[in-house]
Amino acid sequence: MLTPSTLPGQRARRAVPAVPKVCTGGGLPAHPGVGLKPEHFRDVLETRPGIGFFEVHAENYMVDGGPFHHFLGRIREHYPLSLHGVGLCIGTEGYLDEAHLDRLDVLIKRYQPASFSEHLAWSSHGEVFFNDLLPVPYDRATLDRVCDHVDRVQERLQQQMLLENPSTYLEFEASTMDEAAFLSEVIRRTGCGLLLDVSNVHVSCVNHGRDALAYISSLPLDAVGEIHLAGFAPDHDAAGAPLLIDSHGTPVDEAVWGLYSAVLARTGPTPTLLERDNDVPSLATLIAEAQRAEDLMLTPAEPKRCGTYRSCS
Amino acid sequence: MSQALFAAALLAPDLPCPAGLRAWNGSDPTGRLAVYRNNVVSSLIDAVAHTFPVTQELVGEEFFRAMASVFVRRHPPRSRVLAHYGAEFADFVDGFEPAQSVPYLADVARLERARVLAYHAADAAPLTAEMLGVAMSSGDELGALQLVCHPSTSVVVSEYAVVSLWAAHQGRSDLSAVDPALPEAALVVRPGLDVLVLSLPPGAARFVIALQAGVGLANAAALAAREATDFDLPSVLALLMAHGALITAQFSGSLSR
Repeated sequence: MLTPSTLPGQRARRAVPAVPKVCTGGGLPAHPGVGLKPEHFRDVLETRPGIGFFEVHAENYMVDGGPFHHFLGRIREHYPLSLHGVGLCIGTEGYLDEAHLDRLDVLIKRYQPASFSEHLAWSSHGEVFFNDLLPVPYDRATLDRVCDHVDRVQERLQQQMLLENPSTYLEFEASTMDEAAFLSEVIRRTGCGLLLDVSNVHVSCVNHGRDALAYISSLPLDAVGEIHLAGFAPDHDAAGAPLLIDSHGTPVDEAVWGLYSAVLARTGPTPTLLERDNDVPSLATLIAEAQRAEDLMLTPAEPKRCGTYRSCS
Repeated sequence: MSQALFAAALLAPDLPCPAGLRAWNGSDPTGRLAVYRNNVVSSLIDAVAHTFPVTQELVGEEFFRAMASVFVRRHPPRSRVLAHYGAEFADFVDGFEPAQSVPYLADVARLERARVLAYHAADAAPLTAEMLGVAMSSGDELGALQLVCHPSTSVVVSEYAVVSLWAAHQGRSDLSAVDPALPEAALVVRPGLDVLVLSLPPGAARFVIALQAGVGLANAAALAAREATDFDLPSVLALLMAHGALITAQFSGSLSR
């Protein structure tokens, strides 16, 4: 819980109402949020944790009825919602799926999320859906196409969307610009916002031998509408170099907390999602992890709380 | 490099790594492509395992995941909504040679798939006795009455004891007491928040299937009675009403058969 009464002895914090004001678009509150998991539906309604918002994967709610809609509707009455897509396939070489946009529009009209976000990635080819976020080359043709797709999404959904930086494991020989330059140009041309996944920054920078702080410095941080934090799994590539896998199955790593702190020092308090999609722990455990994000938002200039960021720590 | 080449390589582990991919340290990109290959296949196997937990328990996790890995490569999702995934799984299990020693496995999978469909089906208020009474009094030929099933309703007819097997894996009964060779028919319905799995008496499955096809009450009952001489219409109607499997009763001249 993020309420002072439940945390005796800790320093004063910004007031987080136990029942945050319901937002109807216009951005998420600058507090931590957690992913809403079906196994936590009843717990959320019974305990009403003091959390800034809940996030759901849009595609999980593209069903006709049943408990998912029942509980999301009730929980939405008490919390702002972030609608996060994983299947729109903005990075596709083909056309955007208009039927999928229609389904998103139905969800947005029904649940009035404070934010809609998607990934710089592709996930379908032809009729086949791969259920993974696949990489795109950073070249002029891809840039033009991604911008067209983001334009179309924002036109169809009648709102700004946030575009998330990906975690990647490979690079393309065809790339002519770096990822931060590519994202910056999409944001400049389309007016979309940035969902800065700090874990993805760390994962991709380790995976591609880049400097994470330099990467962040070259992004338009004033466009950040939300931050994601998640766990990863360590692995190695064929040459024995570290390869981090974006697994969303463990607590946030200390290195990512450090990088998050460095980001907050520049952005100030920012809506931050603690992402956990595999091996989901209790709601209380997720809320406790979110509390650490809240603490860091209060004191972004206190690096001693998690040390300074080192990408290979 | 096109997404078509990348996509093809994802589901075919024997295909070479497509050209045009690289790693910053000059390492073989095949090892990095393997991360995507593994993410795709293992996440889809997880999705299948999520939908078919009892099927997995019946054969064990190792066997199930090996079977599912063949399935997901042969039948990758055609929908971006994973709740819809797995329609072909039971038929696939039927034809999966290494699973032939568990003859009821595919029917248990059919039951589990029906449960997931029911879970996410459209909501509708069950028919009440009062509503049924009003409907019955609004026409004079009772046999022409049409009963509409709840959108979550489905029937799984099996030569095996699918309901008992499934129930035993919910901890509701002792698995060793189940004779798998006894035929059972399951009614799956979600009148509220919980999916119900009920064993149907003789003829009732045929009756429900006929109702779902738009057959009127009298003809549906006749079809059921032809299949099971002891078909008991009042008790089956009471069972369906009690579990919210009916939502509407109406006389419809154009639709009655």
